[in-house]
Amino acid sequence: MIPATETYEMNHLDQLEAEAIYIFREVMAQARKPVMLYSVGKDSSVLVHLARKAFAPAKLPFPLLHIDTGFKFPEMYEFRDKFVKEIGAELIVHQGEEGFKVKANPWDLGTVACCGLLKTGALLESLKQGGYDAAFGGARRDEEKSRAKERVFSFRDTNGQWDPQAQRPELWDLYNGHVRKDESIRVFPLSNWTEMDIWNYIDRESIPIVPMYYAEQRDMVVRGDQLIPFYPGTRLLPNEVPEKVMSRFRTLGCSPCTGAVHSNATTVKEIIQEVSTARQSERITRIIDHDQEGSMEQKKREGYF
Amino acid sequence: MKATFKDIEHPMAHEDATPTVRPNEQHDLLRISTAGSVDDGKSTLIGRLLHECKSIYDDHYKSMINDSKKWNRDGMDYALLLDGLKAEREQGITIDVAYRFFSTPNRHFIVADTPGHEQYTRNMATGASTADLAIILVDASKGLLPQSRLHASIASLLGIKRAVVAVNKMDLVGYKQKYFRDIEQSFRSFAEKLNFTDVRFIPMSALKGDNVVKKSKAMPWYEGTALLPYLESLYIGSDRNLIDLRFPVQYVNRPTADFRGYCGTVESGVIRRGDAIMVLPSGKETKVKSLVTMDGELDYAYPHQAITVCLEDEIDISRGNILVHPGNVPKIDRQVEANVVWMSEEPLDITKKYLLRQNTNEVRAVVSNVKYQIDTNTLHRKESDTLQLNQVGQLSIECFKPLAYDAYEQNRKTGAFILIDPVTYNTVAAGMLLDKQNATSLFSDDGTQEPVANNIYRYNGAVTSSDRQGALGQKASCLWLTGLSGAGKSTVAYALEEELLRQHVHPYVLDGDNVRHGLNRDLGFSPEERRENIRRVAETARLMMDAGLVVICSFISPFKEDREMARKIIGDRFFEVHVDASLETCESRDPKGLYQKARNGEIANFTGVSAPYEAPSNPDLVLNNDRDATLDGAVSRLMDFLKQHKIQV
Repeated sequence: MIPATETYEMNHLDQLEAEAIYIFREVMAQARKPVMLYSVGKDSSVLVHLARKAFAPAKLPFPLLHIDTGFKFPEMYEFRDKFVKEIGAELIVHQGEEGFKVKANPWDLGTVACCGLLKTGALLESLKQGGYDAAFGGARRDEEKSRAKERVFSFRDTNGQWDPQAQRPELWDLYNGHVRKDESIRVFPLSNWTEMDIWNYIDRESIPIVPMYYAEQRDMVVRGDQLIPFYPGTRLLPNEVPEKVMSRFRTLGCSPCTGAVHSNATTVKEIIQEVSTARQSERITRIIDHDQEGSMEQKKREGYF
Repeated sequence: MKATFKDIEHPMAHEDATPTVRPNEQHDLLRISTAGSVDDGKSTLIGRLLHECKSIYDDHYKSMINDSKKWNRDGMDYALLLDGLKAEREQGITIDVAYRFFSTPNRHFIVADTPGHEQYTRNMATGASTADLAIILVDASKGLLPQSRLHASIASLLGIKRAVVAVNKMDLVGYKQKYFRDIEQSFRSFAEKLNFTDVRFIPMSALKGDNVVKKSKAMPWYEGTALLPYLESLYIGSDRNLIDLRFPVQYVNRPTADFRGYCGTVESGVIRRGDAIMVLPSGKETKVKSLVTMDGELDYAYPHQAITVCLEDEIDISRGNILVHPGNVPKIDRQVEANVVWMSEEPLDITKKYLLRQNTNEVRAVVSNVKYQIDTNTLHRKESDTLQLNQVGQLSIECFKPLAYDAYEQNRKTGAFILIDPVTYNTVAAGMLLDKQNATSLFSDDGTQEPVANNIYRYNGAVTSSDRQGALGQKASCLWLTGLSGAGKSTVAYALEEELLRQHVHPYVLDGDNVRHGLNRDLGFSPEERRENIRRVAETARLMMDAGLVVICSFISPFKEDREMARKIIGDRFFEVHVDASLETCESRDPKGLYQKARNGEIANFTGVSAPYEAPSNPDLVLNNDRDATLDGAVSRLMDFLKQHKIQV
């Protein structure tokens, strides 16, 4: 007999949460040595929160890996160190040896080569050094059209490369995490989340995020449609002068390649309102998504997340 | 004011500042998969839905328009938005499934945009495996093509119960009803053999927007709703199974010496603190100590919550074990039968030891027999000794360790599996386990023990129980009414039988007294004889269920243990109903004058007077049948219960 007072409802966020927890546990059970890619952004915050839920009361059973290009915003480093300390997680910071040796930067090399060295190259380097056979990432299918095609368990060859035309069939929630020596899987517990889901969840669970997501008066270079954050090291074009603009960041990447948006949203609730009426996609402020035809797919094929 | 979108040739029609309609987090989620042949208009339909629900951002829209020019497509090609891979855009085909998200004020949707080419059927199956509903597109100008039949078969095989047949491109046939009706007719006759319970036919033009979001004025002869309102209103909650607890252990969490938790997702049923549970396959029993989450302990957990279970006793439990309620166990067997979709370029090899993954459990397995292959176009069986890429067939599989499973038809979560190649580790097949008639139980300490005689073999004819049930249009089931003498079991049983017949269900009542006049006339009322009485009745009920009937058993059956035995013999369509009336009520009714005799010492071992009655602790239904209860009320509760359990198909 089922008592009349019990309810058995799961709303949309409950379902997404349960699915993500299931995915985390699947990897822990199947993989030899997992690691979580931690990029300091809001999706990473949500990812860490879900991982803690999956294994509570235990601590996170795997380390966080931050691929540090050296070009992240100062607020991001500050938040990272505080956040990681608060939750008692193990943090590994990796800076790409080859990229740092040649002092890679987007101005001299262009974004494609710069990302190739400081992100993709560094990532593959550190995964290899750590001997990780599974790596979690916070990518979502709604972000970009090639990501919409990727499996939750994304198989990578011995060079960390994705072959989109030979993906393993992925039926039900039966995730196949088997790999041979030096092969690996990238795992995306947030695959079925949208930007709105992320914000609603941050709101519901009071998850800490980098303050740059909230609007305030910031020094910006206004270049056409774009708001380019002005930091020490920002390269100005002739006649450009930074000005104070009420703005926020919709996504966070490297400072030279991430734009801001005009905004008055200073709370999560206001951000939710803003995102719900947005007509531009989230990653439009990410230059690296637009630097070549099929940009993201190409980067993923080479081993990017 | 809502933005208008008149035609695809009028892009960017939403410059107004209307807030994008996105629902709050309270709304539920419908997973849809699309299917259909190449060029039936899948991308256009999905593009149209996304666009009308304002789920396409302006910058993505702009780049689609630019791409359409670049690739020389007529007008605008939504495929360029949806086909995320370069190879797809270059070749103009969809290779792999893409997942897209949109919302209306009423519901969230995930739509799997699946490939139409036969070559990529496995990717279509990937998209369909998690769907609640399939949209099958058919080009009105071309009629029903083999590829649509293949997709419909696979969707049905994967257990999708609801389908919308979107007869698209009606604009190309002048919106004439005849084209629509012809396709409806041929799909209906094809789908007779499939397991859809609800098929809708909607004539539409995704390109022009007819019957996608709003009812089309071009087809006044169509009386149904447009697609989106249908998707929004479809009720899916009833798919949830709250009865059969299945909790596969996913990961054992042991951070400290004093905490040992079993992490997993409640796949079906409800688990409560204090519940008696059994661990399979070991069969060991213990109790639930606590249900742990990061947000605090729970009193109970239900599908599909991800929780951590702590148990009273330290017993050996590892990943792949499954926690169930002791009275409600799945089948356990090494030999299983399954329908399978083959997904690898390398054909099925019956000498290979595949890895079989079924929820969190993984065992080695060999295919012992290819029973037949199914021609997905005609749905006829044909003989084959292997399966090739994208072929569908029925297999006998031998596992190296016993598998605790339910038929996929009953429980998607415990009835689904994949086969993994032992060398390449590729996923090579998707399988759906079947109800095997002669699945033997591991538990032989009850009424299901092996027969005494040697050299007897089961013989299975070509007609299966599900064929018989299908012919009767019902699901064979057993309602087991237990309760004191005089509680009203027989009265209720026969009244229910009448009502079932009136509703065209084929029932049969097995009644205690009647059976003791014939089949069981050699038995008395000692505990041993009562047990044998129940065993014979349960076996009889099982035969009747095999014949496809709905069996109503009306027996005092006072001992829990005996009822559990009956449940094990009968299997998962056994429903225990406690016809509950107080001893006082029963004694005052005393229709046969038996209580009087028992009180006078004229009858020995009389339940309630000189023999115990063990009331069910966890019955499927309690029917309060005290003095204030009415017969009509009891019958209608039972009818509701049976409807909930989908007695009619």
